[in-house]
Amino acid sequence: MTRKTLLAALVAATFTATGAQAQTEIHWWHSMGGALGDKLNELANKFNASQNQYKVVPSYKGSYPDSLTNAIAAYRAGNAPHILQVFEVGTATMMAAKGAVVPVYKLMKDADEPFDPKVYLPTVTGYYSDSKGNMLSFPFNSSTVVFYINKDAYRKAGLDPNKAPKTWKEFIANAEKLKAAGQSCVYTSGWPAWMHIENFSAWHNVPIGTKENGMGGLDTEFQVNSPLHVRHIAMLGDMAKKGLFTYAGRTNQAEAKFSSGECAMLTSSTGAQANIRRMAKFEWSVNFIPYHDDVKGAPQNSIIGGASLWVMGGKTNNAYKGVAKFFSFLSKPEIQMEWHTGTGYVPITMAAYDMTRKSGFYDKNPGADIAVKQLTNKAPTANSKGLRFGNYVQGREVIEEEIEQVIAGKKDAKAAMDDAVRRGNEILRKFQAANKG
Amino acid sequence: MEKRVVFKSAWLPYALLLPQLVITAMFFFWPAIQAVYYSFLLQDAFGMTSQFVWFENYAALFRDSHYLSSFKTTAFFATMVAGSGILISLLLATMADSVIKGALVYKTFLIWPYAVAPAIAGVLWAFIFAPSIGIVTYYLKLLGFDWNWIIDPEQAMALVVIASVWKQISYNFLFFLAGLQSIPKSLIEAAAIDGAGPFRRFWTIVFPLLSPTTFFLLVINIIYSFFDTFGVIDATTQGGPGDATKVLVYKVYYDGVKAADLGGSSAQSVILMFVVVMLTVVQFRYVERRVQY
Repeated sequence: MTRKTLLAALVAATFTATGAQAQTEIHWWHSMGGALGDKLNELANKFNASQNQYKVVPSYKGSYPDSLTNAIAAYRAGNAPHILQVFEVGTATMMAAKGAVVPVYKLMKDADEPFDPKVYLPTVTGYYSDSKGNMLSFPFNSSTVVFYINKDAYRKAGLDPNKAPKTWKEFIANAEKLKAAGQSCVYTSGWPAWMHIENFSAWHNVPIGTKENGMGGLDTEFQVNSPLHVRHIAMLGDMAKKGLFTYAGRTNQAEAKFSSGECAMLTSSTGAQANIRRMAKFEWSVNFIPYHDDVKGAPQNSIIGGASLWVMGGKTNNAYKGVAKFFSFLSKPEIQMEWHTGTGYVPITMAAYDMTRKSGFYDKNPGADIAVKQLTNKAPTANSKGLRFGNYVQGREVIEEEIEQVIAGKKDAKAAMDDAVRRGNEILRKFQAANKG
Repeated sequence: MEKRVVFKSAWLPYALLLPQLVITAMFFFWPAIQAVYYSFLLQDAFGMTSQFVWFENYAALFRDSHYLSSFKTTAFFATMVAGSGILISLLLATMADSVIKGALVYKTFLIWPYAVAPAIAGVLWAFIFAPSIGIVTYYLKLLGFDWNWIIDPEQAMALVVIASVWKQISYNFLFFLAGLQSIPKSLIEAAAIDGAGPFRRFWTIVFPLLSPTTFFLLVINIIYSFFDTFGVIDATTQGGPGDATKVLVYKVYYDGVKAADLGGSSAQSVILMFVVVMLTVVQFRYVERRVQY
């Protein structure tokens, strides 16, 4: 009896195994944990159900730096995945790895899949294209920083809750009033380097580095010690000293401080909205990030964060065909809209944005469209289409360290930003030397 | 007739040693040699190109004033971790040694933390001390003390020291307790009869007899604080704020694992290896002389 069942199971297993062999598996490593991961699996399942030639197998590989590290190790050992989700600061590392990756424009052309980079928001296309305008990776989850205010706290301080500050001058005036009204934490910010250096620079149309923020060549140098940068960081240090700014850490720790009601104002990722919507027991709004009104041309446009999908080299043509088909599937406006509304990431094509607007989603979720408006505020310039610095994982860390020194009152802004540039340039030179071949 | 058992075989001792030698070679010497080799290379992240750059990775490190200051941070951190770890566990061990009722329960509880992985310990402490939501933070605030290690360098250092020490106390405690229990009671009783008080008995009899244990623990604790603490730091401060808690081993981990800078990370680990070897030599050469076996 048992032997018979065993035999039957064995036969069944053999059949299912051969059945599965007809399908080509496409491995997709990603960093979307929790609810985002569920949403991502849904997309993969939908694709798998839509055809029977290919099977996309997503696997969660830890945080962005972790999955990049894993993929690098796997590539060195000869078993990299087909698709790898890489965060925006890893873009330069991936672009320099010619041969390790297959550029997306080439992949789509070889597979005869239609692919038009112009359908994406210009800030998205620019971020992931080489100097000739060829798109090297496939945009997937993009976000940007926006400015959240707690309307109840505004009312309590006697401020107009429907008038969020537009400039930093107004911002400080409001902050002082909130403080005077007994608000224990007035303002906090997630992702300090992304907000106060990268997006700050784009928003004011000033360079983060030479050579179009590194997009024009590996011989780029940081320029974050300009008078405007120094003035802004000094302002943050000053606000911290006066108790108007509460530093909360280098990633998204600040978001919990806002949604719990502890802090009245927050600058952080658009991705925070889903959580705030769930947690906040107060009225809040999403707004454009503030700017310095004496800077000519400000506000320009903000830049994206988040991640894109890279195709790794050394796989079969058949598998690449499958990857291309999957990317075509992901490009469909209805899929884009599903991802955008389900996760809080930005709709990365205009078609998806229009479709979402027509569906009435933005009327029900006011503020969900602020990110797109901010990203497309003006046509992007060389300073505001993105950035590409070698080993920016280390570079961004250097900038964060120096900002923290200013906030803690250990260094003045000028010295800190000078040090950030000097230390950052060392990293850039090393990357240039390692990738010149 | 010879009474001792003698194995005449020429190969047996080597065969018996072989498994241990293979493990040591594979998991200690091979990676160490690899690290030295990689420290002379400049590679891109994917290892597509690799250039031999002699000592450039080392030179770059010593040009960086932040790397040099991380030595100071590490020295302070190691002193605090090894020093307070040994002191606290010695105190606990002496007290547990004199407990008669329920001694087993105390001892078991004191040994528990050793079973906790460093990263878990870090997360635990990060939760307890979390700014704005931590339970300790809450009580400190009631006392009028502003606890925010996210931006305060001294508090951040205190946090990683506490978490690292907590993890190591059980280990030290075990050794001290065993040491204490091997001291003959008659010695202490004789001193008591001669009129020596508890403190005098401790300093003139117990502590000298414990000195081999203390010395061993000193070496182990310093090695622990140099190598095994990056899990705790990664789970709490991640080297910040600024570079206040960026000890050498954390930078090795960050640059190598997170930033894919293998050459720089390898050069740092070679330097770290050298520092610890030197420290251990110094300890055996000078401190051990004062140990009474």
